[in-house]
Amino acid sequence: MGLIERDPHTGHGTTGHEWNGIKELNTAVPWAVWAFLIAAFAFALTWWILMPAWPLGTTYTKGLLGADERQTVAAGLRTAAERRADWTGRIEKERFSAIRSDPALMRDVRQAGHALFGDNCAACHGVGAKGGPGFPDLTDKAWLWGGSPDAILQTLRVGVNSEHVDSRVSQMPAWGRDGMLKDDAIRNAVAYVYSLSHPGTAKEALSGDAAAGKAVFSANCSACHGASAKGNTQMGAPDLTDRFWLYGGDEASIYESVYNGRQGHMPTWDKRLTPVERKILTLYILYLGRGAR
Amino acid sequence: MTVAGRHDPFGIHGIIVLLTGLGCAFCLIRDYYTPEPGADRLSSYYDEPIKAGILLALIWALIGMFFGDWVAWLLAYPQMTFDADWSSFGRMRPIHTTGVIFGFGGNALIATSFHVMQRTCRTRLADQLTPWFVLVGYNLFCIIAVTGYLMGVTQSKEYAEPEWYADIWLVVVWVAYFALYLRTLARRREPHIYVANWYYLAFILVVAMLHIVNNLALPASLARAKSYSLFSGVQDAMVQWWYGHNAVAFFLTAGFLGMLYYYLPKRAGRPIYSYRMSIVGFWGITFFYVWVGSHHLHYTALPQWVQTLGMTFSVMLLIPSWIAAANALLTLNGAWHKVREDATLRFMMVAAVFYGLSTFEGSFLAIRPVNSLSHYTDWTIAHVHAGTLGWNSMIIFGAIYYLVPQLWKRPHMHSPALVEFHFWSAIAGTFIYVFAMWNSGITQGLMWRAYNQSGTLAYSFLDSVMAMHPYYIARAFGGLLFLIGTMVGVYNVWRTIQAAPAHLTQTEQPALPGSPQAAPLVGS
Repeated sequence: MGLIERDPHTGHGTTGHEWNGIKELNTAVPWAVWAFLIAAFAFALTWWILMPAWPLGTTYTKGLLGADERQTVAAGLRTAAERRADWTGRIEKERFSAIRSDPALMRDVRQAGHALFGDNCAACHGVGAKGGPGFPDLTDKAWLWGGSPDAILQTLRVGVNSEHVDSRVSQMPAWGRDGMLKDDAIRNAVAYVYSLSHPGTAKEALSGDAAAGKAVFSANCSACHGASAKGNTQMGAPDLTDRFWLYGGDEASIYESVYNGRQGHMPTWDKRLTPVERKILTLYILYLGRGAR
Repeated sequence: MTVAGRHDPFGIHGIIVLLTGLGCAFCLIRDYYTPEPGADRLSSYYDEPIKAGILLALIWALIGMFFGDWVAWLLAYPQMTFDADWSSFGRMRPIHTTGVIFGFGGNALIATSFHVMQRTCRTRLADQLTPWFVLVGYNLFCIIAVTGYLMGVTQSKEYAEPEWYADIWLVVVWVAYFALYLRTLARRREPHIYVANWYYLAFILVVAMLHIVNNLALPASLARAKSYSLFSGVQDAMVQWWYGHNAVAFFLTAGFLGMLYYYLPKRAGRPIYSYRMSIVGFWGITFFYVWVGSHHLHYTALPQWVQTLGMTFSVMLLIPSWIAAANALLTLNGAWHKVREDATLRFMMVAAVFYGLSTFEGSFLAIRPVNSLSHYTDWTIAHVHAGTLGWNSMIIFGAIYYLVPQLWKRPHMHSPALVEFHFWSAIAGTFIYVFAMWNSGITQGLMWRAYNQSGTLAYSFLDSVMAMHPYYIARAFGGLLFLIGTMVGVYNVWRTIQAAPAHLTQTEQPALPGSPQAAPLVGS
């Protein structure tokens, strides 16, 4: 033990140790430290008595409050469902038209639909449901599989080209890649299809012959898209005469669609969402597109 | 490794190891013909590895903080990956964490521990070669780790991402480090072991234990990087967070308290306020900390009784943590005028304050009902960075500004004004960062639990992501300020070293006090 000195500033003595000039005061631990230590331990002890805490071989101390995480969550979910039951019950039972004409019920649909849509649909269809290349805009008038409430509900349930047994199935063949049509026939058909939605386009502006393309269209495309190219919602075949284009409506994009084909995919929500949630989403989507109809 | 793993990232790591080995062999052979050093070398401190460690720490600081700020901007502007594999968030984020925690923090810990153990034991490092083995070996581990992340090599355990071969190598290095520390302590010429050494020893010992247990895994093949953990499910989660939180406890706390306990009283020129508080604080911290890992798994599949233990021990842990912080701040009594004038001491003072703040926050967040709001949000990020920026980085920079002039024999740093600049940009960066993340974290937590009148969730997850955008920009800006401060610091250190009188750094080592021809060692 070295020399014990007194620190002039604090008045405390040193321990007499020194390491390369560092000394230590032998100050007593302040009473507040002991008080706080005891208080913290008392808090811990109380919690141990009330809550599940210490292991005892194959079991553990259960605590006086009998708290159980699993039951707490289950009870919380039950209470929340009960609070919603008055309006979710009506959504489940009532017809679309009745729900849509009830402003109070539609307010609940809008509020619930916002989070449901954001968490499940927005990843592909966008936050505002405006879609993007390959992902349909849900707010416009164009519907591949029909825009009635029942058709939308069905699409939500089974999906498109999904693993669901009742899945909606659609396929645009790869006319060029699979060698079903010659390249100039494709170009002519593309010119024809383009001219349907762009009447009055000058002949010279197109890389194919639209008049010749009409014959190609009748022989190959009309089976799905219809003789007048108005599409068919039974097969998910789009209307080619309007201004809505899922994969782009310029000549190059249409050529790409015809040459390499297209096959969209929409998951089935049969197992992932409840019937009420799917019905809410259907109503919410119709609400988002209300301006278009 | 190179040959066996030529069809795998393992092979590239083999090349890195081979080159390092050749480099080391070259350094050893080069000195083969130099004359046997005289016995008088043993009477001086061995400071060369410390200098190397400080420079390595600074290089890693630049790398780690640069990647950190990049991923921070990436969160605000996701297109900043520029469509490359290696620049995706999942690969760059571990480069940031490994770079700053293990590269910057680890090298600083090794370098300062070499310094503190020699000074407080009044003896030379126990060996000539082992310090270099520890330093080079440790940095090889860090390089294997970050290059692995770039190639997608990871075992997906947070803060323990490196694969099995890097882990085994680190065990070898770490055991050598532990043995070196014990051998040096055994040669000490002081009757007592100073507090800083208790903390450094706890750091080395417990980190070894954590590292070995958490990384128990079976390699898929001896020629492949991939391995499978010995644990699965909730046991794996518990082992991982027992490791993860004790990495915070013994890597980022115990080791750094060792640093604080030496450099703060030294710079302030004051005795430690209370030896008794040092003892209570040390044993409290080491005893309580090892229990608290489960507070990372509140409200999960982990049995509730384990969560209760984690939470209650976290609350009790606050007291010894604050004892350590208070002991440091009370040590400054009688030296506050120095804190005002000396940015180096101010770095250390601020570090102690942030240590106190973030340990309070940590205990608070560990309380289950609080955690139900804060968990999975940016509040955790705010908490971690209050600790790492405010506490760990500040004490490292304080120690470096104290050490560099001394080791390179300069009266002071090249530019005290730049030290001052570094201090304020680091403080500003830390505050902006932490406040941005507090706001974003609490906003997230509240949005996720908000219900509307219909009794359904008011916001989608996407709504909360979009609400984070302004905070993420602010955070990245705060991080940039901190990075700029570090760059200024590195420049300042570089200029200080360049200005050092060459003959002094090369030859003259101060003699150890107590050795035959010694003059007393002043001021180091």
